[in-house]
Amino acid sequence: MKYLTFVAGIIGASTAFAETPELTIYTYDSFVSDWGPGPMIEAEFEKTCGCDLKLVGAGDGAALLARIRLEGARSDADIVLGLDTNLTQAALDTGLFVPHSVSADYNLPIPWQDDHFVPYDWGYFAFVHNADLTPPTSFSALADSDLKIVIQDPRSSTPGLGLLMWVKTAHGDAAPQIWEGLSDNILTVTKGWSEAYGLFLEGEADMVLSYTTSPAYHLIAEGDTSKSAAAFEEGHYMQIEVAAKLASSDQPELADAFLEFMVSDAFQSVISTTNWMYPSVTPQNGLPDGFETLIKPEKALIVPSADAPALRDQALAEWLSALSQ
Amino acid sequence: MAFSVVAVNRWPGIGAAALVAALVLGTLLAVVLRSEAGQSLGASDWAAVRFTMSQALVSAGLSVMLAIPVARALARRTFPGRSVLITLLGAPFILPVIVAVLGLLAVFGRNGWVSQGLESIGLPPVSIYGFHGVVLAHMFFNLPLATRLILQGWQDIPSERFRLAAQLGFDAKGIARLLEWPMLARVLPGAFAIVFAICLTSFAVALTLGGGPKATTIELAIYQAFRFDFDLGRAAFLSCLQMAIAGTAAVLALTVSSQTGFGRGFDRVTQRWDARSALTKLLDTLLILCAAMFLILPLTAVVLAGLPALFALPNSVYHAAFLSLSIALTSTVILLLLALPLAATIAQSRTGLTESIGFLSLAASPLVIGTGLFIVLFPLADPFALAVPVTALVNAVMALPFALRILVPGMRDVLGQYGPLAQTLGVQGLGIWRLLILPRLRPQIGFAAGLGAALSTGDLGVIALFADPQRATLPLQMYRLMGAYQMETAAAAGLLLVVLSLFLFWICDKGGRWRA
Repeated sequence: MKYLTFVAGIIGASTAFAETPELTIYTYDSFVSDWGPGPMIEAEFEKTCGCDLKLVGAGDGAALLARIRLEGARSDADIVLGLDTNLTQAALDTGLFVPHSVSADYNLPIPWQDDHFVPYDWGYFAFVHNADLTPPTSFSALADSDLKIVIQDPRSSTPGLGLLMWVKTAHGDAAPQIWEGLSDNILTVTKGWSEAYGLFLEGEADMVLSYTTSPAYHLIAEGDTSKSAAAFEEGHYMQIEVAAKLASSDQPELADAFLEFMVSDAFQSVISTTNWMYPSVTPQNGLPDGFETLIKPEKALIVPSADAPALRDQALAEWLSALSQ
Repeated sequence: MAFSVVAVNRWPGIGAAALVAALVLGTLLAVVLRSEAGQSLGASDWAAVRFTMSQALVSAGLSVMLAIPVARALARRTFPGRSVLITLLGAPFILPVIVAVLGLLAVFGRNGWVSQGLESIGLPPVSIYGFHGVVLAHMFFNLPLATRLILQGWQDIPSERFRLAAQLGFDAKGIARLLEWPMLARVLPGAFAIVFAICLTSFAVALTLGGGPKATTIELAIYQAFRFDFDLGRAAFLSCLQMAIAGTAAVLALTVSSQTGFGRGFDRVTQRWDARSALTKLLDTLLILCAAMFLILPLTAVVLAGLPALFALPNSVYHAAFLSLSIALTSTVILLLLALPLAATIAQSRTGLTESIGFLSLAASPLVIGTGLFIVLFPLADPFALAVPVTALVNAVMALPFALRILVPGMRDVLGQYGPLAQTLGVQGLGIWRLLILPRLRPQIGFAAGLGAALSTGDLGVIALFADPQRATLPLQMYRLMGAYQMETAAAAGLLLVVLSLFLFWICDKGGRWRA
């Protein structure tokens, strides 16, 4: 009899498993890591959805989009989470995404209006430096200084692309001159954010391209007050991270439920100290202690997503020719 | 020809070659078929080709040239810790790029030990960024490999030859002319070609230490085509170009390399009567010390960075380590199953075709192979379910050129010298493997297996495309940790990776070596 109950238990468990709908979300790697938001988000959502949430890490934002384009309409993914506004037009052009019906009271520095993409967090790009350094206050001041910076290659990294867009939106036609001025300040260019931040922490460079929220990580998680971000007069380029539902989803209701969940308190209160970005809807308890110490750029720069692809190609060409001389 | 008699059935080797060609070229074809009409190569692509070729030529040339005296010094000296040093020689090669680069920077960086030392005596710091930085890093990766390949050549000279030379009163010059130069003529071109091909596909090292967009390699251009422009056609075309360059280098190397061996010996320990003078001793000691410092100082930095968090690693890192280990072991088995028959076929053929196929995978872009496999497999099966076998197979194919370089010369000698005897005795089929090849090629098989296992452990490659969060390999987990600001834990994971890879390498190599 013991065996019978055991077997019945297994069968019962496996049928229960088979009946549990599965919601698959493709996202970037740091989202799913143990220290990222992934584990907490998964636990919170599974409390209410009666489903199995499967988070799949696929490189960074650009790799994520490439992955979706490769898989096309046959993708297992129901939702893609982790594109930013530099990539949304290209994503939209694939025709793989469907509109959402989420409405929320966003706390973004710009008004948000997008039928397809729901923002879940945002941040400003900034140069992070050691607190004992007196930072430059603009790209021109940086170019005039002897400071060494590490940046990321826009062809292989999303922050690298963000910097291109930052210089381009802040300086327009003068962007090539800005890059020429910066060329002797650029210690090196790395494949991705991790390499660059690693070099900075090892003391190789004075500043690294990261986010205004990076010092909050050091302050809150490590009790380390030694890192700051430099405030630039021309304003800071924003990264708004978004998610959207795929047309091919076999769980469209669950996917809608997740997009709703994404702008709820349970999701948003986790973001600031796991993804180290600003939540797109400020949670009830506000931002965690320590965030008030961060610099607040006076001007938020961003390219309308429809203009991003053309501007991106132009900015890359200018960047390459300015730094290849 | 000594090996005109076919001792080993050629077909398993030809089958292995066909499998490799299908994997490398088939994935490329899949990418081409999936692509839309893309743009053609622009001026920046050709600049990337020029930069890639020049840095690879200089890096490979310097690595191989410097490896000759180091290998000679190691070949003619015995000292305590020699076998540990030889195992450590394998370490830089298997390190994930970011770990190795941070190790190098701790020594040669702006804030590194060398610069600090120079500063304390009032000299300006060194700069590692630029063309010379790329070459230095590539030497750090490849000098050890070149040294091991050349050292293997020295060990393939039977000790009887040295004994005879000593009896006949040859001095060091005579030995060099009669024994060492012919050996080098046989080993060097292949070693050069292999290091050249490795440097050709470099991407993160060249970018990080090259200092900017000037240091764009073909592999980065492939990355851009795939990730930035999603132009699969251009990615595939660049990948073909990369393979053509490496293929040309391989064919050239095989054409100029002489194929004769040294005859058989009784496998006695080699004694060198020609290197007893105090001067040669001093010179060898200095060489070994310099090479050891160059390799071990950055490794020490990696160890120092990783130690603080090593014993507080989260479980996810151990899971990843376990997955990496199982992939490495599977991959090593596949590697030997491919490499041994292929080596036997190459050793018995006079054309370089099969050997060139072995080289193909070295120059193939991992991104293109991964993408191609993804395109082929995605409609058929769940990519996550296939993550482990696919990664093991691809890692095996990527390690195949190294295994062939290690196995083929020995295989040629064994079949050339003992093949007729085996034929006379009627030893055939599996018997020839059991009685002749496996026992005689033990050291080479061990070395090849060790290298394959270690390379597979450290590989980031295709798993990145196939992995799901529960199944990250150790290098992938390391990158994830870094992406989440966990630099200390990532450094510790990096150290664990070094320890695991070295352990695997040591076990395999130890199993094979009897006199190194």
